[in-house]
Amino acid sequence: MKTNAINSEPTNARAGRPARLSLADWMPKIVMAPTVIVTLVCMYGYMIWTAVLSMTNSRMLPSYDFVGLSQYERLFNNDRWIVALTNLGIFGGLFILICLVLGVILAIFLDQKIRSEGAIRTIYLYPMAISFIVTGTAWKWLLNPTNGFEKLMIDMGFTDFTFDWLVNPDKVVYCLVIAAVWQASGFVMALFLAGLRGVDGDLIKAAQLDGANTFTTYRRIILPSLKPVFFSAMVILSHIAIKSFDLVAALTNGGPGYSSDLPANFMYAHTFTRSQIGLGSASAMVMLGCVLAILVPYLYSELRGERNE
Amino acid sequence: MKKLALSLTAVAFSISAATTHAGEVEVLHWWTSGGEAASINVLKGLMEEEGHTWKDFAVAGGAGESAMTVLKSRAISGNPPASAQIKGPTIQEWGDLGFLTNLDDVAKAGDWDVVLPQVVSNTMKHEGHYVAAPVNVHRVNWLWANPEVFRKSGASIPTTWKQFISEADKIKAAGFTPLAHGGQAWQDATLFEAIALEKGAKFYNSAFIGLSDDTLRSDEMIDVFRTFKKVRGYVDSGFSGRDWNIATSMVINGDAAMQIMGDWAKGEFTAAGKKAGIDYVCYPAPGTSEMFTFNIDSLAMFKVKGEDNQKAQQDLARLILEPEFQETFNLNKGSIPARLNMSREKFDTCAHSSMDSFLASSTTGNLLPSMAHGMAASSMVQGAIYDVVTNYFNDESMTPEVAVDKLARAVKASM
Amino acid sequence: MSNIQAIRRKTTAVERLLRVALYLVLISVAAIYLLPFIVMLITSLKDVEEIRTGTLLSLPSSLYFDSWSKAWSSACTGSTCDGISPFFLNSFQIVIPAVIISTILGAINGYVISMWKFRGSDLFFAALLIGCFIPFQVILLPMARTLGWLGIANTTTGLVFVHVVYGVAFTTLFFRNFYQSVPGELVKAARLDGAGFFTIFYRIILPISTPIIVVTVIWQFTQIWNDFLFGVAFSGFDTQPVTVALNNLVNTSFGGKEYNVDMAAAIMAALPTLIVYVLAGKYFVRGLTAGAVKG
Repeated sequence: MKTNAINSEPTNARAGRPARLSLADWMPKIVMAPTVIVTLVCMYGYMIWTAVLSMTNSRMLPSYDFVGLSQYERLFNNDRWIVALTNLGIFGGLFILICLVLGVILAIFLDQKIRSEGAIRTIYLYPMAISFIVTGTAWKWLLNPTNGFEKLMIDMGFTDFTFDWLVNPDKVVYCLVIAAVWQASGFVMALFLAGLRGVDGDLIKAAQLDGANTFTTYRRIILPSLKPVFFSAMVILSHIAIKSFDLVAALTNGGPGYSSDLPANFMYAHTFTRSQIGLGSASAMVMLGCVLAILVPYLYSELRGERNE
Repeated sequence: MKKLALSLTAVAFSISAATTHAGEVEVLHWWTSGGEAASINVLKGLMEEEGHTWKDFAVAGGAGESAMTVLKSRAISGNPPASAQIKGPTIQEWGDLGFLTNLDDVAKAGDWDVVLPQVVSNTMKHEGHYVAAPVNVHRVNWLWANPEVFRKSGASIPTTWKQFISEADKIKAAGFTPLAHGGQAWQDATLFEAIALEKGAKFYNSAFIGLSDDTLRSDEMIDVFRTFKKVRGYVDSGFSGRDWNIATSMVINGDAAMQIMGDWAKGEFTAAGKKAGIDYVCYPAPGTSEMFTFNIDSLAMFKVKGEDNQKAQQDLARLILEPEFQETFNLNKGSIPARLNMSREKFDTCAHSSMDSFLASSTTGNLLPSMAHGMAASSMVQGAIYDVVTNYFNDESMTPEVAVDKLARAVKASM
Repeated sequence: MSNIQAIRRKTTAVERLLRVALYLVLISVAAIYLLPFIVMLITSLKDVEEIRTGTLLSLPSSLYFDSWSKAWSSACTGSTCDGISPFFLNSFQIVIPAVIISTILGAINGYVISMWKFRGSDLFFAALLIGCFIPFQVILLPMARTLGWLGIANTTTGLVFVHVVYGVAFTTLFFRNFYQSVPGELVKAARLDGAGFFTIFYRIILPISTPIIVVTVIWQFTQIWNDFLFGVAFSGFDTQPVTVALNNLVNTSFGGKEYNVDMAAAIMAALPTLIVYVLAGKYFVRGLTAGAVKG
């Protein structure tokens, strides 16, 4: 909020007109109204509705027999939910970390005046364009021990090669990470690349003149100035991680057993297949809680940061 | 554009309505495998012959998971399809919510009370009124085998689960996959149910219908889990995420020796041009030859608007029960007709055996609803059992004792 | 960084070696990214027998295009056998209006939030951001009821509505971040000259918005085209988008699985978004540079 807020001006900016009657003053509110209404009803209204349902014993369709917090109690006594939540922790943490690291490295590499940068960038970026409904089958093959990488390596003569993560309940969550990183890291790379191109050249020049080598320049000058990009990328990635649903549905369908379930899949299965809308709603509320835990600090720093500017 | 289309349909309607009262039925189903799709086409053809319009709303995936989402979304928006593939206790749940229409007139005209076995007609009724039409009766406890593979490995068809293990060793030694299996919870449950069935009807009833805590924690149940884990050792490593019909094709291709699967698997054999008794053989699942676990597919009818559409819906219900449809549909699907006293001529030996067993078991109390296919318990209990069974099947370190404890607790929590 | 390059004048042998290594890394990473797509492509060009006997990466012995024509026009989804071509029209009918409407709304909202702040607009922006994150499964049932009330259940219009409602949070975020970096003096001066709300938008803001419009359109197009959950839950039998049809097709199999047809259909379903990324990818990165990443 530097200088661009107009409302800091007195409202009767145009001489001779009483402020109250100016249509221009109402215009911003009028044009925002549809979004505000839709957001209040279709996001917050539905959230409240879900919160209400999570305290009922709704089964196949919503009902309003209140049972207090017993759905939450059932939820946290449910092994499958604990597995799903743990998976989200492992998956989300690794996914975000690897995407960030890979994204930065690839962006720096790609920023070295690479020939045919455009083509390489497009290749890194294309997985983001395709839905997992489409690529899920290909990934299922690649990761499947009987006809994927493992078979490929064995056919090539490495007879001892094993790669059975997809069918190993302890490892399957890493398969999700691999596929998800494949999909999103190119996008993160693009964000960082954009950030790198926006770094102030004079700062770098000054550092170079001071005798800093390339490594130090990156560490001291360039990476710190990418902080906002890190934040944006974090938000987008955690958004993808928490909402991950297609990924599991297409790649493992929660299996083996339910070892690769994520909260979104748990919620979907219980709400729609198992007629446990109450329990499903409770799990959705917990997911929302996780979102808020990430988002509120971000928003706080974001909005506060602006005021200080 | 839209107006033009509307008026065109209106013209088309008025022309056909003059003669046959043509309406339209939208049918939501998840019959999307080869045999299944061929079967539903039969019904589509019959409806079109009557002059009605068939709107095919197929939603594939996850044993009807997506289809159920669609159905709920449609129902809650006040726009349910005319007919949807739902079955077992779920019919009662939809009936309780007041969504289903009354089919008593059609049932009366077609003598449904007489032509349907009681166990079938009971499932189709809600508070004494018919609300759904059965298309077939599946037997779930089947073993499908490739005789070629058995000959090559010098094994014989097992008749108990104990023998299954010794025969499977021979097959494994000969370099084949003994058991073709897929990686979906309901497939694990199907196998589990077949093993539990060996313990007898009383045990089965008490565990999966009575949900008795004592039975769920009994030594017999521990033994069931123990066998279940042993059988797991005879499945190839790539089973995770595999569809049931892909597992069936492993038996068809001679890669695997056996599959424990309901008789919809026969639809796949038939679709692949294989002959029962020659290219493949069918036996009751080990130790369960006296028993019959059933899974009845049905189309439930939802309340719809418009006289013509209601007429079309009633016609659909009538056609489903007509011998012509029951025969063709079930020849494709692998199941047996829901109605009694039909000509057996065109059915193969597997179907004959299924029909005999159906009649015999209904008098001895060995005719049991399948837990794995949602005929025995509510979707909540079924889901709880699925979770434990599939988790145990895939977790090498879990002991049968732990599994039994988890099962009893999960079932209790879902009641 | 071009600046680093400019300063570094001498090219030593070590540096040349590093450069070769750099290219090697970049190219092998590119190969890994391409792998799943290559597997899909070569599988779609093999016949069923070759898929069964060969390995994943073995090239087809002869190109087999039947699977492509089958996937397009004669493969069966459930009991209808028209391939996936009829569903492309549905997808376009949903995607085009939804992208246009959500982009316009996002542009206007972003303009208001960053330049016509009113009491509560910041708070509303925060609320909208949180809205981006709600798991969409949560809204399926209440949305179904809402669509029923509005009389647009199971129609293309209904799906457009849903996509606009849940897309507008992201589009607003993009435009707001972009407009945040536009100097306020520009607008202030215009306002003192007597220009109104819309005049300023048309004359000053819109002309400089091209990069962010490109980013938003690409993002929305991809999101909506690839949507499966809303498509399956809210479409009627004749308004199913192509992702739903693809899922049905992949799960329909007669006898053995025809992986080649599945793969051909999958590539076709992905083609529109792929084309957008390949053709407009450059502008996408440029648009991000122009301000979208400034959180």
